[in-house]
Amino acid sequence: MRFLGKGSGLRGAVMAFALGAAAAGPLYGAFPVATVMMKKGASLFNVFVFVGAWSTAKIPLLTFEASSLGLEFAGTRLLLNLFGIAIIAWVVEHALSQEEQQGLYDGAMVEN
Amino acid sequence: MKNKADARRKHYIMFTILLYVCALTGLAISFSKSKKKTKMALKKAWKSFENILPQLSCVLLIIGFMLTVLDTESITALLGADSGMAGVFLAAVIGSITLIPGFVAFPLAAALLSSGAGVMQIAAFVSTLMMVGVVTLPMEIQTFGKKVTLVRNGAAFVFSLVVAVAMGVIV
Repeated sequence: MRFLGKGSGLRGAVMAFALGAAAAGPLYGAFPVATVMMKKGASLFNVFVFVGAWSTAKIPLLTFEASSLGLEFAGTRLLLNLFGIAIIAWVVEHALSQEEQQGLYDGAMVEN
Repeated sequence: MKNKADARRKHYIMFTILLYVCALTGLAISFSKSKKKTKMALKKAWKSFENILPQLSCVLLIIGFMLTVLDTESITALLGADSGMAGVFLAAVIGSITLIPGFVAFPLAAALLSSGAGVMQIAAFVSTLMMVGVVTLPMEIQTFGKKVTLVRNGAAFVFSLVVAVAMGVIV
């Protein structure tokens, strides 16, 4: 998890994105994985990028989206989402105070 | 309007053909490398096909019924390109509340699109459907707490509206 920790920079974010995009299953499947990521010390920004990618950029679903709604529709949406996921992750991370961020990590530790 | 829908349909068909070509090429390569593993892969593929089939056929039925009850005019009035931001907002709210897997939602969205819904409205529906989860809020709160959950879903909702408008301009 040192790849996803604080200061992992762009590479960490890209890895978090790839992790989320490679997943399968509904969004609520991402939450337990996110807990594990926090437990192992991933930065919150990367955790939220992961959740964002899982929610809307899963690779199998993208091909399905493209085949039913068209490549242009799916491609444009993916491109916009690349920015959106990063923006949302940034907004969520910065909405929290230091204590609240620490609280999240502590909470993850308590959960099994 | 008619021409645009026809062009879109042509795109789907071409993309589907492309997917088939890719799959068949992959199958041929796999078969030349290992017959045994290829057989196993085919078995797995059939299994997941069997898993999806009952749900998917049911969805097609529901879409069929829905399109019979809701004619093109009422879909156009509610979610058509001229329904504007009200239609976008309505679609975004529906997408936020419902919890439908993607392989169900995309054919539904495609059916709505070809029966008069606007690109903006459908983009809002698809986007909130995937990013905003009202039903799964309790689970998300358990992981991330109330504040993160509300901020994330709120930001995702607003972002979906932005995506919808942008898609309406681009696509």
